Amino acid sequence: MLVEEIMKKDVISLTPDDTIETALKLLNQHHIRHIPIVDETMVVIGIVSDRDVRDASPSVFEKKNNMGTLKNKLGAIMTQPVITVHPLDFAEETASIFYEHEIACVPVTRNDKLVGIITEKDMLYTLIQLTGTNVQSSQIEVKVLNKPGILPQVTQVLGKRKVNISSVLIYPYKPDSSYKIIVFRIQTMNPLPTIEDLKTEGYEVLWPQMPGMQP
Amino acid sequence: MTCNTGFVYADSVTSYRFKDDHPFNQMRVVLTKELLEASGALESTSIINPRSATDDELSLAHSRKYIDAVKRAGKGLVPGDEGLEYGIGTEDTPVFKDMHEAAALLVGSTLTAIDAVLEGKVEHALNLGGGLHHGFERKASGFCIYNDGAVGIKYIRKNYNYRVLYVDTDAHHGDGVQWAFYNDPNVCTLSIHETGRYLFPGTGNVNERGLKEGYGYSFNVPIDAFTEDESFLQVYESAFKEVVEYFKPDVIITQNGADAHFLDPLTHLCGTMNIFERIPALAHELAHKYCQGKWIALGGGGYDIWRVVPRAWSQIWSIMQGLEPFKGKLPDQWLKKWQESSPVVLPEHWHDPADSYKPIPRKQEITEKNDKILEKSLQLIHNQKKYNSL
Repeated sequence: MLVEEIMKKDVISLTPDDTIETALKLLNQHHIRHIPIVDETMVVIGIVSDRDVRDASPSVFEKKNNMGTLKNKLGAIMTQPVITVHPLDFAEETASIFYEHEIACVPVTRNDKLVGIITEKDMLYTLIQLTGTNVQSSQIEVKVLNKPGILPQVTQVLGKRKVNISSVLIYPYKPDSSYKIIVFRIQTMNPLPTIEDLKTEGYEVLWPQMPGMQP
Repeated sequence: MTCNTGFVYADSVTSYRFKDDHPFNQMRVVLTKELLEASGALESTSIINPRSATDDELSLAHSRKYIDAVKRAGKGLVPGDEGLEYGIGTEDTPVFKDMHEAAALLVGSTLTAIDAVLEGKVEHALNLGGGLHHGFERKASGFCIYNDGAVGIKYIRKNYNYRVLYVDTDAHHGDGVQWAFYNDPNVCTLSIHETGRYLFPGTGNVNERGLKEGYGYSFNVPIDAFTEDESFLQVYESAFKEVVEYFKPDVIITQNGADAHFLDPLTHLCGTMNIFERIPALAHELAHKYCQGKWIALGGGGYDIWRVVPRAWSQIWSIMQGLEPFKGKLPDQWLKKWQESSPVVLPEHWHDPADSYKPIPRKQEITEKNDKILEKSLQLIHNQKKYNSL
């Protein structure tokens, strides 16, 4: 999945000459937490978060005396350089950028110019869709050998029953790295024939035994 | 108190049949009816002959294009790919001859039950052939072609303008009905089902609460796999009582899937006959308390058609009439007649013996988890109560 498919295109941005007050208003009005700062040609030169803005605002206890602080310009408090992504980057890579840099938002730029924005929330929504939990399905987890060619072997068994696979996830089997677990979400109310087929072919179906519970 | 009650039934209910080895088998309705007759609890005067739903009625909840596709599929005129677009011709809902007619009869049976109650001919009515809660506006799914519950509720809204509470105790989430009324504040849906973590359709989370004007009128209690009687009933009673008090419906429709039983092959809940006695008993009590008795009960899932469904569904009828639940031995006549056809040994008693299944090792944890889920599900009602009392 590409960044351009999940990014928001109508981005609220400001310039370094805008005031902290303007940023504060926009953050509250639109329920957002980040504003990219651009120059007159829409090149991204910085970013401010709600926390930057709050840090630069007078405390609630001394608001009356210090309202002048809000007239300061954003250029003074914006973070730079900004980590950005390209519309043709992978959405999944963006998740690792969030994780590694401990940030929650990246502007999307083409030729350095702002074309979109991705937040943590967009990322989570994408992950929900990738796991397929938002469409009708039954979930099956199969423990398989961690070796090349195993996925087509397993899906062939599913193909026999003409069940539509709505999503596939693969993750390591923690107790033993020579195995992994494939999670299928298949569009059927009656997964029993498929499960039987998988067992007949020698696969271990981990579904849906709870730890410590016999089927 | 005895109640005037209607049993909607036609032998042709079995014409809704995908193929021989398909788990959805309407023979269970016949088995239930005969069990009731053999028990002396069902008189021919209580039986109401159903009609079929018209295309206009079906189109209250289904698109014309879809109805047309189902009609053509039943005549063998829909190629595979076109059928798949409508969810027809899959493992779950294969094409069968005259499938439109068979499915329209199930919907018509529910409309017959609704009219009988709302025109005041009977206080309650039962249509065991219905409860096909997975059907969508333009898609068949989960063994359901047309969604009789959704059509029925639209029909009530249109013709009677009543506020409807729909309570679904099938082990699978009542998704089709929920989505059909997701932004309607005059229809409240409550579904108690096994968590969608592994089980079809995977939806029915506590946070599915409705949209726009309908926000706060969808309730879901996804209970854990291996839940047993006590926890199931605790959740069911609390949720139903609180939701009915909050919503104050004019009429109650219940979907009575019998697949939360430990013998059911498609689910992982561990209910026994006890829950199938209490489920209709509470619905009966609350229908009288809030809706002047107006209650329509539908069937639903139930895939152990020999050992589970006939006993479970018979109890609905007994309780609906205001009688005591059946106890003791099943009638010999019924056992003798059907043991021959049954691939499994039929139970001899109405109730399951105490040690029918292996003890569930994590019972306490499961109970605690279900209590938490219930609390989350009803949070909105609790918040409102708190706010109103301030």
